[in-house]
Amino acid sequence: MATIKKKIKTIKIDADKCNGCRGCEIICSAFHANPKYSSNNPARSRIQVITDRLQNKWLPIFAGEYAPAECMGRDKYIIDGKEYDECDFCRAACPSRDLFKEPDSGLPLKCDMCEDNQPGEKPMCVQVCLNHVLTYEEREEEVEEEVKLGDIETGLESMVNKYGLQKIADTVARLAQKG
Amino acid sequence: MRYAETGYNLEIDLARGNIERVETDPKMMETHLGGLGTSVKIHWDRVPPEVKPFDPENLLIFSTGLFNGTPAFSANRTVVTFVSPQSGLLAYPMMGGFWSAELKYAGYDKVIFRNKSPKWVYLWIHNDKVELRDASHLQGKGALETQDLIRKELKEPRAQVAAIGLAGENKVFTASIEQSRSSASRLGGGAVMGDKKIKAIAVRGTKDVNLARGAEFMEHMKGVTEYINFRNANPIKDVMTILSGIGSPQEMVHTDEKWHTENFAWGNARVRRKDFWSKENEENWITTQLGTVKRLISCFNCPQHCGGLVSYQKGPYYMMKCFGKLTYCMAAYVDDLGFNFRILQRATEYGVDSFSTPQILAFAVELYEAGILTDEDFAGTSAYEACPSDKEGRFFWLLDRVARREGIGDVLADGVYYAARKIGKGAEAFDHNTIKKHEQLPLKLGMMDPLYFLMYSTNEKISITQIEGQWPQTPFPTREQREDFVRDWPQLPDDHFKEYLLNWELRGENANPYYPTPLMAAEIVDWMEMLHNIDDACCICAGMSSFCLKPPYHIHNYPKLISAATGMDLDEAGLKKIVNRSRNLHRAFNNRRGMTRADEKPPQDHWKKRFPEIEEQILSTYYKFKGWNNDGIPTRERLEELDLGYVAEDLEKRGILKNGHD
Repeated sequence: MATIKKKIKTIKIDADKCNGCRGCEIICSAFHANPKYSSNNPARSRIQVITDRLQNKWLPIFAGEYAPAECMGRDKYIIDGKEYDECDFCRAACPSRDLFKEPDSGLPLKCDMCEDNQPGEKPMCVQVCLNHVLTYEEREEEVEEEVKLGDIETGLESMVNKYGLQKIADTVARLAQKG
Repeated sequence: MRYAETGYNLEIDLARGNIERVETDPKMMETHLGGLGTSVKIHWDRVPPEVKPFDPENLLIFSTGLFNGTPAFSANRTVVTFVSPQSGLLAYPMMGGFWSAELKYAGYDKVIFRNKSPKWVYLWIHNDKVELRDASHLQGKGALETQDLIRKELKEPRAQVAAIGLAGENKVFTASIEQSRSSASRLGGGAVMGDKKIKAIAVRGTKDVNLARGAEFMEHMKGVTEYINFRNANPIKDVMTILSGIGSPQEMVHTDEKWHTENFAWGNARVRRKDFWSKENEENWITTQLGTVKRLISCFNCPQHCGGLVSYQKGPYYMMKCFGKLTYCMAAYVDDLGFNFRILQRATEYGVDSFSTPQILAFAVELYEAGILTDEDFAGTSAYEACPSDKEGRFFWLLDRVARREGIGDVLADGVYYAARKIGKGAEAFDHNTIKKHEQLPLKLGMMDPLYFLMYSTNEKISITQIEGQWPQTPFPTREQREDFVRDWPQLPDDHFKEYLLNWELRGENANPYYPTPLMAAEIVDWMEMLHNIDDACCICAGMSSFCLKPPYHIHNYPKLISAATGMDLDEAGLKKIVNRSRNLHRAFNNRRGMTRADEKPPQDHWKKRFPEIEEQILSTYYKFKGWNNDGIPTRERLEELDLGYVAEDLEKRGILKNGHD
């Protein structure tokens, strides 16, 4: 398969510098409000600062891909004497927790790197974090060209994941008969 | 839709366990903004002067301000208001932390408690679900411990919890309300909370806080953000380190304590140790602090790091800030900073004010040394040991007695003023550092200072760190330094203030006690107070505004931010009028409870050199400037200007204002 150049956008998180203020959460929710900046609600934010103050844990996490099912096992990590749940680092909106879900609809949220911004402008959370916890980086990577799935295919794929191919095929056939 | 505010308060009747979600009158924001402003109005309307601090009718209000939950940096204060058991006046200690924003996200501007609960409860607010829950299992638990226990019990790691410790449960007059890294400490809010048998208030909210013109608000915030970055990169020259930056004094960052340790008084506000900061002490203190502060932390949406997560020699973690780092060491005459870190951990779990409490303990030690308190008062019982004789042990012992109201601690728990009178035998003379019955910072200085004289004497806050701020504490020695300072000073309400500073000298006619002149002093203090009142209505931390030199928020950008947030069109004059209204209403509330000119004075020994005539003149000039009569009571004319005719009527009816008199 042919390779193509892909722009990778990343945010480097220096959690040691985080003072736990959650300014990133507010601005994320404000930026993604409609109209822009009309409302504020960290529960809608695509970045969350996982906090356990008396355990000295402050960990900003960005919303990643939606996970249809929770993991089988949940490992624990001990770093610098602090115990972290595997979930603490996980970016997925997942059935096991209410993180990264729209509070009203329950639909999953995902960080979009503030793609509505002007080209070259950093994501909003990076802009408001005056402590430089978040650093925006872009790099190019060579990746194998993927077959781009259409919207319908993406949707169907998640339906198949949930209900199995046979059920979906049956449903499509039945709907087709109804005309 | 309501903007900046949510438009709902929670009304909790603790006696009946009744909870109501009450829509507020949108007009209130136009006349009193929010935060302290609207809370004062509620107290005026609903708490008559006959109500005593521990009467069921005393309201306890937890209030957010206009900017909590918005992208305005450092909008994280919660204003707690109540009639104080100590001063008998309307107190409004504030806490930072994370609670206010969460309450607004849950959909409420204020939580208003009335009456008393028959048994220990905590309030759990989760959006529309609000319930009083049994707290009998939390009785006796520490204020920090309680916060985590409740989060665990509710399975809500993101709930924000404000709690009292044992001191609040026991109605210690200096009991604080602790929350995250912050606390509402002054004047006994924790005691009123304990009296009402509320152990804690937990809140989790996932709703929206709306702004009227959000994009415009963000445009104005750009200027604020740039200025924060500018000020963080450019500390002010020629002032002490802790005054050079923004945020509350960066006590967790800075290790240089020469100024505090040598200029503030040790013990019961007695001795200045002008040679304390020796090489040896400096090294010890720096090593101790760097080894203990594990992380620099902030309150909600604030780029500064005024707080520290601390653990001394692997002891339990807790959070601290500001001058609390030193108060116990200095009060106990202990040179080892480690002692302060150790005892403050216990004091935080008990939930006591770290300004007042060390003063009270030092007062007890002095009385013992003077033979007024005796070995009998420091004796043990079957429940506890006798008081150790070393300085550190003695303070721990006294702290335990006060928080538990055991033995002599029961007397001391009412604070220096009441304890002195209860103990008698000359103890009254040792009460030399209170104003309006409230312990003050341990400062004893040389020459009477007009600005500080006014701030100490008159402000409803009764705590200097929430009154002072924007004007330098002392004049710059040289003309060049002054010119340099005034050059870039956009925060000033008017340019003519620059002249005042340029002509302010260290010595001579243009120095204390004659300068700033009474009128200048009135103007400067009025400006500083006004800004504090705006902060307290918006719940912006004073550390980013009225409490520091050249702050990011000021009288020129506030009206724009408030207008964009609320949709009101407010200019500087309009904003000044609103906060002036709040201040006068607050004053009238206190006047109605008996406060007069006679109460408005700093401790006699606050300065060595006093000038009774000048002081009287300063006070009279200030009263006149404020539109108050010679007794410090707002005149009918002033009240009517501020649409407070109903207040004038009330004061006249009670004979506090004489009809037709000034």
